[in-house]
Amino acid sequence: MAFYVVQFLTGLASAASLFLVASGLSIIFGVTRIVNFAHGAFYMIGAYIAFTLTEWLSGAFGFWGAIVIAALAVALIGVLVEMVLLRRIYHAPELFQLLATFGLTLMVEDLVVLVWGPDDLVGRRAPGFRGAIDFFGQNIPSYDLFLIVLGPVVLGILWLLFQRTRWGVLVRAATQDRDMVAALGVNQKWLFTSVFAVGVFLAALGGALQIPRDAVHHAMDLRIIVEVFVVVVIGGLGSIVGAFVAAVLVSELNAFGILIFPKISIILVFLVMAVVLIVRPWGLFGKPEAPARKTPGLTVNPWRPLTSNERLAALAALVIAATLPLFAGNYALTVGSEIAIFVIFAVSLHFLMAVGGLASFGHAAYFGLGAYGVAFLAKMAGLPMIVCLLLGPLLGCMGAAVFGFFAVQLSGVYFAMLTLAFAQIVWSIAFQWVSVTGGDNGILGVWPSSWAASPSHFYWLALGVAALVTIALRAMVFSPFGYALRATRDSLLRSEAVGINAKRIQWTAFVIAGTTAGIGGALFAYLKGSVFPDNLGISLSVDALVMVLLGGVETVSGAVIGAIVYKALNIWLVSQTDLSKLVLGGFIVLIVVGFPKGIVGMLETLAQRRRKTSPPGSPLLVKPIESAE
Amino acid sequence: MSVAPPLLAVEGLTKSYGGIHAVRGVSFSLRAGEILALIGPNGAGKSTCFDMLNGQNKPDTGHVRLLGEETTGKKPREIWRLGVGRTFQITATFATMTVRENVQVALISHERQLFNLFGSAPNFDRGEAGRLLELVGMSGYADRPCGELAYGDLKRLELAVALANHPKLLLMDEPTAGMAPRERVDLMRLTAQIAREKSIGVLFTEHDMDVVFEHADRIIVLNRGTLIAEGSPAEVRGNPQVQTVYLGEGLVYDARHREGASA
Repeated sequence: MAFYVVQFLTGLASAASLFLVASGLSIIFGVTRIVNFAHGAFYMIGAYIAFTLTEWLSGAFGFWGAIVIAALAVALIGVLVEMVLLRRIYHAPELFQLLATFGLTLMVEDLVVLVWGPDDLVGRRAPGFRGAIDFFGQNIPSYDLFLIVLGPVVLGILWLLFQRTRWGVLVRAATQDRDMVAALGVNQKWLFTSVFAVGVFLAALGGALQIPRDAVHHAMDLRIIVEVFVVVVIGGLGSIVGAFVAAVLVSELNAFGILIFPKISIILVFLVMAVVLIVRPWGLFGKPEAPARKTPGLTVNPWRPLTSNERLAALAALVIAATLPLFAGNYALTVGSEIAIFVIFAVSLHFLMAVGGLASFGHAAYFGLGAYGVAFLAKMAGLPMIVCLLLGPLLGCMGAAVFGFFAVQLSGVYFAMLTLAFAQIVWSIAFQWVSVTGGDNGILGVWPSSWAASPSHFYWLALGVAALVTIALRAMVFSPFGYALRATRDSLLRSEAVGINAKRIQWTAFVIAGTTAGIGGALFAYLKGSVFPDNLGISLSVDALVMVLLGGVETVSGAVIGAIVYKALNIWLVSQTDLSKLVLGGFIVLIVVGFPKGIVGMLETLAQRRRKTSPPGSPLLVKPIESAE
Repeated sequence: MSVAPPLLAVEGLTKSYGGIHAVRGVSFSLRAGEILALIGPNGAGKSTCFDMLNGQNKPDTGHVRLLGEETTGKKPREIWRLGVGRTFQITATFATMTVRENVQVALISHERQLFNLFGSAPNFDRGEAGRLLELVGMSGYADRPCGELAYGDLKRLELAVALANHPKLLLMDEPTAGMAPRERVDLMRLTAQIAREKSIGVLFTEHDMDVVFEHADRIIVLNRGTLIAEGSPAEVRGNPQVQTVYLGEGLVYDARHREGASA
């Protein structure tokens, strides 16, 4: 019995840090509507700076002072980031902000290694809380007890801050309707900056407080950000109380999950999240999202099928690509195959995201399922390559059918979170079910048949499949189904009022996108000769998002260009520099700020400006379009 | 002589939210080709009533029948399939698609081609889409992205979309709200003309009394969720109860009053 009590208390102690970080994320989202992916990075910097300061400063005051100074310093960094970067992109689509903060995260990951080195750093113990307390023969670190008390105290302080101060009232008002608050004469710029500073302060404090418990390392940002996403989604985005309750719930699930279900401890939390989202899509303490106020006059270029000239150009590009084996070496061909596979992956997400308006944060799950499908068929059933390639993606299709059914019940940020959760479930099954999937060691020896074994043959295969997939999905964009899908994206209300079963349309799109991603994964398994849990991990999902956004989410062909540029750049950077994440992250941030329409979107705009000598239509109608640009 | 069921029959429609009775026992009917206005002050229950006819809201009790067929509790998309077109108080259109594509989506749905993955949508029923756009005077805008249309044009587009499945009944929630006076008259004339030609029943809510008294064949008046009057424009205008609860005391709407004000 005492053991369970101690386990419970350990859970509570872990909840404190999680709550601090999650409440920060929640506050920032509530006011600025930015899902701050860099929140984990701020948490990590907080821990690193606190580590250094506690080494320098001595004594009790030194330790606690260091924690607070570290959090304040990171908050200052947050203010800089907000003023220099985020202020430029508040009016960009939601996903661009996420992309920008993801770029920041990448940069920070390299920067901390540059400054603090790649090794884990073990911090000092907190003065006054070094010992442990005996509880019926079980030891409880006294620092844990401190954290258990700290959580509710911070919750109380935040509550007072929001209920009793003028600033807090403004923040709550802005959370409900920021346009109205601006209309009432509140200086939104500084409100946003201060909110961001508070949020980042909380994240950094959470990180700094972890150093007596955990080693500081350069991957702690991704681990915490996934947990924090789960917490704010279970608790309800924008709700502090929700963040607290959910942080406790998640930490306890982690603490007891390991005891009760050691095999599936990771997926337990995600299962709970999925259930919460299905029963209460806006979280335990959240409120249903008010329909977004659409910016009037916001237009995109109407999509149209390619003209015959453009078709010829695309065909020419394909022919040129097909001649690569005539002059390139084996390494270049392998890179080419990998790029072609990622084109498949990117266009599949683009179909869901740009055409269907459903931004999946876990698209790698279906890519990876396709890869595992092939590995199972090839290694266990011993089927020939062609059969594996045809049947393997079906695993991706089935996964998309099951998860997609639940996911399309939601939309927007919550859809993104649920797809992320599903992807994590699949990842943890692959990781933990060692007897079937090989766990972390993966499945090795998935080699292509002799007809596709040479690099040039495999390249042609990958290129051909990529071309077919791209053409098929493009045709679907301009099919009756494609129109229906775009209709559900533009207005659910109107779609239902003209007889469209929006959920079923979206579910179908999800399955199509998942199956297509599975085709990419199937080829990928043969390219690498092996399958690992990483093939369905978060970073691969994020890669897909970046490729689509980089090309331009509002364009039809952007995903292809985005995939080629991103993947080529990625592979080249990794071979050229140890700081590839820093460069890549900086590049992403630059693209988001400088070219928010993506590469293809930018080119289209340029081409249009050249074409348009005099704008058609009445000046009244053209005006809002220009101002939207 | 057997009596054919009316186009729309509403019986004892009731809805309450918590302790508030939004709609209480509302009954009325609508014939084909008839234009019926549903009016009432703010909070009278017009929108609740409307949403229950359209399937966006379920009544606590009561029935809605379309040509004798029960539609109570059906989903909006099912009601659309039975031949009910709808326009919204705040226009709902597909903003990133062109005007023609907006109409084509409705046609695709009408012909049950929604899951056709490899057909050509740009060429789908182009002729019919063109005819519908011409009917509402939007032919010149067919290739414009819908997001750059002026508000009045969006309302006309909504009408074209609503007509795509050859509806028997049109539900129009404040069709002229937010429009310039001239546009209001044009839109309602157009609606009335189409309704008479194609024998479509029209039910609309409206705050602009000029529009109501000029275009409605019949008017029903809601106040605090209850039907308080029903009749021709002249009858409703002369009803003292309507004048008190709806138009307010001291301000009597009639033609002389208007002439006096403008003189």
